[in-house]
Amino acid sequence: MPILIKGGHVVDPGRFSGRGDVLIDDKGTIAAVGSGFQVPAGCTTIDAQGLLVLPGLVDLHVHFREPGFEYKETIHSGSAAAVAGGFTTVCCMPNTNPVNDNQAVTEFMVERGRLAGLANVLPIGAITKGSEGKELAEIGDLRRSGCVAISDDGRPVMNSLVMRRAMEYALAFDLTVVDHCEDLHLAEGGCMNEGLVSTELGLPGIPSAAEDVMVARNLSLSELTGARLHLAHISTAGSVRMVREAKARGIRVTAEACPHHFTLTESLVRGYNTHAKMNPPLRTGEDVRAIKEGLRDGTIEVIATDHAPHATQEKQQDFTEAPFGIVGLETALSLTLGLVEEGVLTLEQAVAKLTSAPAAAFGLKKGTLAVGADADLTIVDQHAQWEVDPGKFRSKSRNTPFVGWKVKGSVKTTIVGGRVVYEAGSAGG
Amino acid sequence: MGLKRKDLLSLAPLSVDEIALILDTADSFKEVTGREIKKVPALRGKTVVNLFFEPSTRTRTSFELAAKRLSADVINFAQSSSSVVKGETLLDTARNIEAMQADIIVLRHSSAGAAETLARGVRSAVINAGDGWHEHPTQALLDLYTIRERGLRFEGLRVAIVGDVSHSRVARSNIYALTKLGAEVRLIGPATMMPLDIRQLGVQVYYNMDEGLRGVNVIMMLRLQLERQGRALFPTIREYARLYGLTAERVKLADAGAIVMHPGPINRGVEIAPDVADSLSSVILDQVANGVAVRMGILYLMSGAG
Repeated sequence: MPILIKGGHVVDPGRFSGRGDVLIDDKGTIAAVGSGFQVPAGCTTIDAQGLLVLPGLVDLHVHFREPGFEYKETIHSGSAAAVAGGFTTVCCMPNTNPVNDNQAVTEFMVERGRLAGLANVLPIGAITKGSEGKELAEIGDLRRSGCVAISDDGRPVMNSLVMRRAMEYALAFDLTVVDHCEDLHLAEGGCMNEGLVSTELGLPGIPSAAEDVMVARNLSLSELTGARLHLAHISTAGSVRMVREAKARGIRVTAEACPHHFTLTESLVRGYNTHAKMNPPLRTGEDVRAIKEGLRDGTIEVIATDHAPHATQEKQQDFTEAPFGIVGLETALSLTLGLVEEGVLTLEQAVAKLTSAPAAAFGLKKGTLAVGADADLTIVDQHAQWEVDPGKFRSKSRNTPFVGWKVKGSVKTTIVGGRVVYEAGSAGG
Repeated sequence: MGLKRKDLLSLAPLSVDEIALILDTADSFKEVTGREIKKVPALRGKTVVNLFFEPSTRTRTSFELAAKRLSADVINFAQSSSSVVKGETLLDTARNIEAMQADIIVLRHSSAGAAETLARGVRSAVINAGDGWHEHPTQALLDLYTIRERGLRFEGLRVAIVGDVSHSRVARSNIYALTKLGAEVRLIGPATMMPLDIRQLGVQVYYNMDEGLRGVNVIMMLRLQLERQGRALFPTIREYARLYGLTAERVKLADAGAIVMHPGPINRGVEIAPDVADSLSSVILDQVANGVAVRMGILYLMSGAG
């Protein structure tokens, strides 16, 4: 049935921003945006007065843990968290068990995503077999069966020759190569940012140089090979500086930042708070300022969550033992709108970093309200305040440092392929 | 007057008055340890559990002796972290022990922050007996006690701490306490053994031992973890001993009445020459003896009896 979304503030980055209606046809695609168009009879109307109407949000970086770690998250629970957070497309990292380094796992993930019937679940394939950093995975097969990018996220490719070959090989499939930039030797044993706080707490540190040297390497290799490079979750002032410079020289690089890296600093680790343990670690105030500046000036075009669910008992271990990572899908939009409130980003910039820019980074036909595009939309009350309560998360996991935060911006309705998959206040998901 | 804290986890937050209270309390128990019958009934009916997840002989023995001399019931619960039943967190283990009505849990653990995590989860008083590279507050308190016993005043005292500060909980606790008490703290060692931004804690760093030792009143040697040789912290034990080993010659660079300390166990001929360890300026065995009195004082204050 066609849907008319009426009277909202439509923000379609680079294309349209203003009061308008959106018409979705019965094929589940966008039929019209603006006003004064013909509305077919029997149309369902959604009143969006006073609300933002956005292209469905796109997250390039989630861990849905299936197959292998279903006690943390499944593709179904992760998808439910995604649409509750306004995300209609999510790209799943391959560090599952088995690793998504072959067609069978990719097809399994795609099928699970389809069965969940909530968000568009797009797998990211491994760069190397088993993400062991040695031999290339069957990247052609991965592409053919549905992978939208390749990455050995969490287990960065340390061997620079292997990385070079992966970048070269990916060119044949027009695949973006995503790297979690971390020199594992420099980072060895570390569990928080290295600096005064780690020194005081006696915790092994991960220096910002562990990220910077790999960013530098990857930029060099991208320049050498011409590969399309996407840098996952950059967290340091050094990374921002290098990416800015590389872009000025025309290197094909995109970069993402996570909400926690522009919101929190390493001081949150004090008290050995395991919800402040993630990788890359929370950095210094100076790094946070640099990340925000990078977001503002366009050096960092993508905001991604690095949604990393872990079971409660895993995060209750002592700090050095607890796993890295936090969930992010259900807080990312509000934290990003926080940057608008703070004056760091315009509303349109913020929306672009969650929609059109991530879609462009992987070459996805998503993140837009162009006529004919899939009708993936998110309707948001930009000013509604709510308190983060992990007990209400759709995700299976509760590991967030934002417990009790009062944030603004709540998702009212999420539509995927012309179908309402989430409505606030309903028991959906 | 008692210590108004449930736990003793770290010296970083302690006030000068609290430190003084602990040292004064230890003084009164030092007298007990010199008696023929070395026992008082102060903690009769109280239960102290030594929960050690890392091998330790001297600290555990010292706590055990201290608790027994106070007439507490003492349980030793030693287990390597790896042998903890899979899935049982530190907190689970501790809650089980607490369920047996432990008044005080003394924890040694290889992870920084373990004591703090534990203290948040149990009602029992928790005493940190060493957590990873973070702190070893009772060791630093017995070091302070030993310095004071030698008639040295903390204000303006020059203390050199020599060795692998990065991986040393003893160093961190001493840095926090000594700087608070007005001492001048010098750290001596190669930069590979100095944690990042350590100068911001109000200490000076010397890479050259001879320069660092000049005029100091206290030389505090740290134990070299010999297995760290493969970790690119230092090339060989031989070179380490030459650059940072304490010899009789080097002791002469310090103040004439300087004392030599070491938390033990010592690597003779590596960080400290045998003749220095056994010399008159060495207070290494006094530290061990004072450890019992200081821990008696701490147990007494933490038991609520104070």
